Amino acid sequence: MVGNAVFRVEGLRKSFGHNEVLGGVSLELHAGEATVLMGANGAGKSTLVKIISGVYERGGGTMALADQDFAPKTPAEAIRAGVVTVHQNINDGVVADLDVATNLTLDRLSGSGAPTLFNPARVRREAKAVADRMGLAIDLMARVSDLSLADRQMVAIARALAHQPKVLILDEPTSSLSSTEADRLFALVDRLRKQGVAILYISHRMSDIRRLADRIVSMRDGIISGIFDKKPLDYEGAVNAMLGRKIHLDQIVARNSAKAILTIEGLRIAPGARPISLTLGDGEVVAITGLVGVGKTVLAETLFGVRQPLAGTMTMSGKPYAPRSTGEAIAAGVFLVAKDRGENGIVGGFNIQENISLPFHKRMSRFAVLRRRLERATARRQIEELGIVCRSEKDEMSELSGGNQQKVMVARWMAQDARLFILDEPFQGVDISARRDIAAKLRASANGRATLLFVTELDEALETADRILVMSEQTIVGEHRNADVDLDRLLAEVAGGPLHSAA
Amino acid sequence: MTSRDHAIRYGFIVLLFGLVGYFAIAADGFVSPQSAVFIFQSVAITGVLALGVTATLVVGGFDLSIGSVATSAMMAAAYVMVVLEQNAFVAVVVCLLIGAIVGLINGWLIVYMRVPDLLATLGMMFLLVGLQRIPTEGRSIATGMTMPDGSVANGKFSDAFLALGRHRFDFFIPNLIPVSVVVLLVLAVLIWFFLEYTRFGRMMYAVGSNERAAELAGAPVKAYKIWAYVISGVFASIGGILLAARLGRGDIASGNNLLLDAVAAALIGYAVLGAAKPNAFGTAVGALFVGILLQGLTMMNAPYYTQDFVKGVVLVVALVFTFALSGRGRR
Repeated sequence: MVGNAVFRVEGLRKSFGHNEVLGGVSLELHAGEATVLMGANGAGKSTLVKIISGVYERGGGTMALADQDFAPKTPAEAIRAGVVTVHQNINDGVVADLDVATNLTLDRLSGSGAPTLFNPARVRREAKAVADRMGLAIDLMARVSDLSLADRQMVAIARALAHQPKVLILDEPTSSLSSTEADRLFALVDRLRKQGVAILYISHRMSDIRRLADRIVSMRDGIISGIFDKKPLDYEGAVNAMLGRKIHLDQIVARNSAKAILTIEGLRIAPGARPISLTLGDGEVVAITGLVGVGKTVLAETLFGVRQPLAGTMTMSGKPYAPRSTGEAIAAGVFLVAKDRGENGIVGGFNIQENISLPFHKRMSRFAVLRRRLERATARRQIEELGIVCRSEKDEMSELSGGNQQKVMVARWMAQDARLFILDEPFQGVDISARRDIAAKLRASANGRATLLFVTELDEALETADRILVMSEQTIVGEHRNADVDLDRLLAEVAGGPLHSAA
Repeated sequence: MTSRDHAIRYGFIVLLFGLVGYFAIAADGFVSPQSAVFIFQSVAITGVLALGVTATLVVGGFDLSIGSVATSAMMAAAYVMVVLEQNAFVAVVVCLLIGAIVGLINGWLIVYMRVPDLLATLGMMFLLVGLQRIPTEGRSIATGMTMPDGSVANGKFSDAFLALGRHRFDFFIPNLIPVSVVVLLVLAVLIWFFLEYTRFGRMMYAVGSNERAAELAGAPVKAYKIWAYVISGVFASIGGILLAARLGRGDIASGNNLLLDAVAAALIGYAVLGAAKPNAFGTAVGALFVGILLQGLTMMNAPYYTQDFVKGVVLVVALVFTFALSGRGRR
């Protein structure tokens, strides 16, 4: 299987100003092999990908494709040479307002030799050829904006593959896919691997890595810190090489709670869904897990007053709780770290300090005038508490890594004491070390409130929670104390089917 | 800080001082208290409107109706005093009410009817341009005019109202500073303090930058947006009051340039001190910049028709400062 390298990078360097991002990276990709690239946020993965795909110019070193020198000046040049990249943001790869057929043939609309007139019949014919080769079963006339994320991504990949690449780079392709959708992607990767394409797969997700990797390359601080290609692959070693420190999977000491903070009875969050009843206790960290689209976010938003329940009652510390707005929820001590920080959390025009103070302006002002000194002191305290890596509280959010941005989002809501602290997918797009920091902080500060996490990744629930609830079809279907969890039963509940003894 | 940062931050202020220096040398009599006051007076009304539109820019909106709100307020003031023969107080209250109501309607259209801001306020602009002409069948309002039903309007602008446009306060030199300039300065300080230092202003910026995040931080986003349009409407009507008091009649032909000048001032404000966002201080400087430029050109006998061109050039240059040179324009 391991033959000569199709693609070879040697001593690649890149600096932005005085900041050296890549300090001599060497990497080989072999035909028919999936190489997984792991690295914490800021390790230099994205920079490496951007140099290979022709977005950035390299600062030093050599690249060779099939023993020929490879130095793309533009992304188009890289694609033409046979090095194709599918970037993390799916919508960058497709044009939402055009139909699938046009998207698949988009790259033939420009460049030399492209016909002047747009011929719909020819476009459809060419698109069909591309789709057939990929085994893509999507209506070619459908508008991309009407497709699911997974389908859009398939279109983006199909578009990339229309160039018959020798090297395919997938940058965190599953970050916004559900697990069934991800399975389709894996099947596709398998097929390409059989066709002899060299694949560079970048991911944080252990489940993806276990599923796909033929080889693992770990990156840290702009250099390759470990290459693992002996079967069976040493996953722990790869994680260690990427983090540069021994991570010990602390077995959670599951706590029990005597005092109830929030009691939910007969809550229905969607038409036709079975009602939800649960109790959250003081000092307890509860994780609700389940696939994408089973109503986790809907439940989080219902608790936070963004949506109203169809039926049922909530009781908070003995008093009825029925928030009609986010403002009322916050006043009652219910805080939510919403999922997708870029969309729902970060105020781009604000610096760290202003982002942290956002929900508590009223408590931080006198006669409606903000007390800036208090605001700054709060921000500094929170930066210290969560270990946010920044120069000062005045830094722009865009200068922070994903993990640190997420820490700011958590710090925002931890600045005041909550009764119920809800976090919806708090570990999305966060590197492992930041994830551990956040989880440890949540557990350490859990007393005096109930903490509720919504996570899709089971590992995240197992690492953080005292109790794990499983959601399926807009309701809670299972409960597990996080000590000797029956994983088979839990997975069966996640999958939504009835519990088989041999699940 | 790199030299590029310095250029972004102080470029426009340097340009402003450079301009003053140039006119001081090139145009006789440019450097005098009277000339300075004249500049302030010429920008007072557009400045007030620009401060109002800044509030809507802060929440991520836009208000194209400000010019027509101002002229509607002017016509209403004239109508109230000349035709209905009411006093200055009633006229002022009616104007402010018009501004507030138009702002509420704009906000309602945008927030609840989901009409895009530019279209909603554009529609409102046309509506008001027409509406203000209906009571007098398209004629200007002045004492002694004949009404559509043949009667003669005998009311007149009260002295108290005219004083808003014509009285001058002593400031070292007797009769130096007009009321309109004082109004501009007071409103500028008020809106600046409101936007920069109060929690309401801060949240308005949050709404403008990420509406969803602001909502999830507990802010009543819809109310903030509507309030921004009310502020804009009220400020525009104050501009209209000053205009009516200066002219002493309800002139349907005046106020054509108000919208564009005010928007230009607010957008130039983006470039001041590298803010790259709408801000009251920048807007005030922007208005002043345009005023100085026009006054200087006038004193150097540049033809009147070159003025709009020069304003346009300044605006485009300012926008380049904001969006191309500073990274913050891109999100």
